[in-house]
Amino acid sequence: MPAATTTETKPSPPPVEKIRIRVGGREIKVPKLMPDWQGKPQPTTMLQACALAGIEVPHYCYHPKLPVAGNCRMCLVEFGLPMMGPDRKPVLNEDGTTKIAKQVLPYEPTTVRGAIACATPISPGMEIYPGSPATKQMRESVLEFLLINHPLDCPICDQAGECKLQEYSVDYGLSASRFVEAKVHKPKAVDLGPRIVLDDERCILCSRCVRFTKDIVGDDALGFVNRGSYSTLTHFPGKPFNNNYTLNTVDICPVGALTSKDFRFQMRVWFLKGTKSLCTSCGTGCNIVIGSREEKIYRYEPRQNDAVNSCWMCDAGRLNYKWVNRGDRLTEVLKAEQKSCLPGQAGRLSYSKTTWTAALNEISDKLSKAPAGSAAIVASARRRRQPFGERRQKSELGRGAFDWHRSESDGLEFVEDHRRHSPRQHQDVDCLWRRRDEARHRR
Amino acid sequence: MKKPGYYEVEVGKVTLGELINDPAFGGGLRDGRKLKAVIPGGSSAKVFKAGEKFKLKRKGADGQMTAIEVDLLDLPYDFDSLAQAGSMSGSGAIIVMDDSTDIIEALSNIAEFYAHESCGQCTPCREGSLWMAKALHRLTHGHGRKQDADYLLNIAQNIQGRTICAFGEACAWPVLSFVKKFKDEFEARGAADEAHNAVRSAGPTQEMRPIAKSAALT
Ligand code: SF4
Ligand code: SF4
Ligand code: FES
Repeated sequence: MPAATTTETKPSPPPVEKIRIRVGGREIKVPKLMPDWQGKPQPTTMLQACALAGIEVPHYCYHPKLPVAGNCRMCLVEFGLPMMGPDRKPVLNEDGTTKIAKQVLPYEPTTVRGAIACATPISPGMEIYPGSPATKQMRESVLEFLLINHPLDCPICDQAGECKLQEYSVDYGLSASRFVEAKVHKPKAVDLGPRIVLDDERCILCSRCVRFTKDIVGDDALGFVNRGSYSTLTHFPGKPFNNNYTLNTVDICPVGALTSKDFRFQMRVWFLKGTKSLCTSCGTGCNIVIGSREEKIYRYEPRQNDAVNSCWMCDAGRLNYKWVNRGDRLTEVLKAEQKSCLPGQAGRLSYSKTTWTAALNEISDKLSKAPAGSAAIVASARRRRQPFGERRQKSELGRGAFDWHRSESDGLEFVEDHRRHSPRQHQDVDCLWRRRDEARHRR
Repeated sequence: MKKPGYYEVEVGKVTLGELINDPAFGGGLRDGRKLKAVIPGGSSAKVFKAGEKFKLKRKGADGQMTAIEVDLLDLPYDFDSLAQAGSMSGSGAIIVMDDSTDIIEALSNIAEFYAHESCGQCTPCREGSLWMAKALHRLTHGHGRKQDADYLLNIAQNIQGRTICAFGEACAWPVLSFVKKFKDEFEARGAADEAHNAVRSAGPTQEMRPIAKSAALT
């Protein structure tokens, strides 16, 4: 994931070299280089150029944050290049403009030769025809191929409503199928791992999930077996797909092949209200969209922010939404105090009702009264332990000042250390608004 | 062929006819058979139909390009001539079919091979190769339809030139060339199946039933 941008002063960037091309008859200037999936400048592709011209090229396997595979062929577009004479000079029309040679099949010059927009770099003078009849025909045919062996079980499919097959079918689908053969059958409801179920018949073999887990996560867990139309997505035998990022594959799967065990069959996506938010489970603060209906949260999805989480988030954070709806959450402000009977020993927590005003006053009071050189920490009681521990070491707070097993409680934790003044005793732990249910839950 | 085998020839020095009929090579067709078709360069090359004539461009002695018309059997076996005749020398494996060959069976066999060989990486070849093989399986098993000829042509047309590798052409070209050049046979087979099935089921079978799973290449 990309590092956060620094604020150091950089030398002003060199001027961006631009290329003049035509997209759908309109002349535009696009940068010669654009960031690839890793953010490295690479020759601009037709797909990127079309996007700059405000035209979306339909695609399945292409994902801006994954290496290009070029296997779905949905993004095929008709294009033309400046015609070159034998002297390697452009041939001109009578009106002085450059003559464009529409690209055709070398062995059948009456048939258009498309190029995949996701992987074909643009070149000066290129013309792209993203709306031409030939382009449309290519899309129709690819979509038809994808659908012939597809189960078309949208009514019971979790992807329905956010499915790229459905969306492009509206634009390029044939209203009736002419496929009269028997469909290929593949495994259904495959248990890929603890959080993912796969329907191989719905899979369009775009390999997004394979590339994600190999190239982004670094866990080469998924792959295709068998050949031709029988190609089947699977995981390695005996090795479940269980890294902490598996649920991202559900997001990027353009169809309903990969589904989240947590979300499947829970809610139709068109009922969900999307609210932009941040994941609160750790300090990374992945940008998310909360999907909710009638005050109940059904899922978190990552929201793209290249400075923080790119397009991804971890499974632990994603499934942590359940917190919000839990019945044992605190509804009022409580103060937890450790009452120790013996000096230097941790005692039981006792709770007393208080108010925000009183609690905040108390904290500020303690902070202002703290002797010079002592340290205190105010933290979410749902903090991850590790960063807290590092801070503890820096501040030289005593280990005893902390209760390490509360990382799933609600609220705020206020910890002070008076060690310097009374080294062996009087460690004082105040927990404000701690969840009553002390159940440990390791993530 | 009387003498099928491996032969080494100098490119362009022999014609297809010589390769088939010369005693030094194929030694002619079996007795009483007539030539029906020739695949000049491996099963992915476009088929030639017996009696076809081709226009070839030739550089004359004066350096000018002239068009000459040659018969299938007079076609020199070299890269350019075969390409100009609309096929290719490909792997150099020449497949000769006489009039005992069922051209639909032959294509079905080829299509099945390509469906089996498709790696499955890109959509048109992965789905199209098996689709064509299934349709041809139907045609060779009594479930053909008259419209299957155009159905096959259209599927093949949607594969060629749209795939990652040349396998798309390899599986589309035999279908395109066989069906185009022997369209009457494909249509006749489809029509015969339709008529036969209409009698059998005593009802209109214009709408083809999906073939039974056991009969299909599932
Ligand atoms: S993946 Fe899309 S097209 Fe396929 S069944 Fe699900 S919603 Fe329908
Ligand atoms: S499961 Fe989804 S993401 Fe993975 S290859 Fe299939 S369609 Fe693509
Ligand atoms: S998006 Fe799949 S080939 Fe370009």
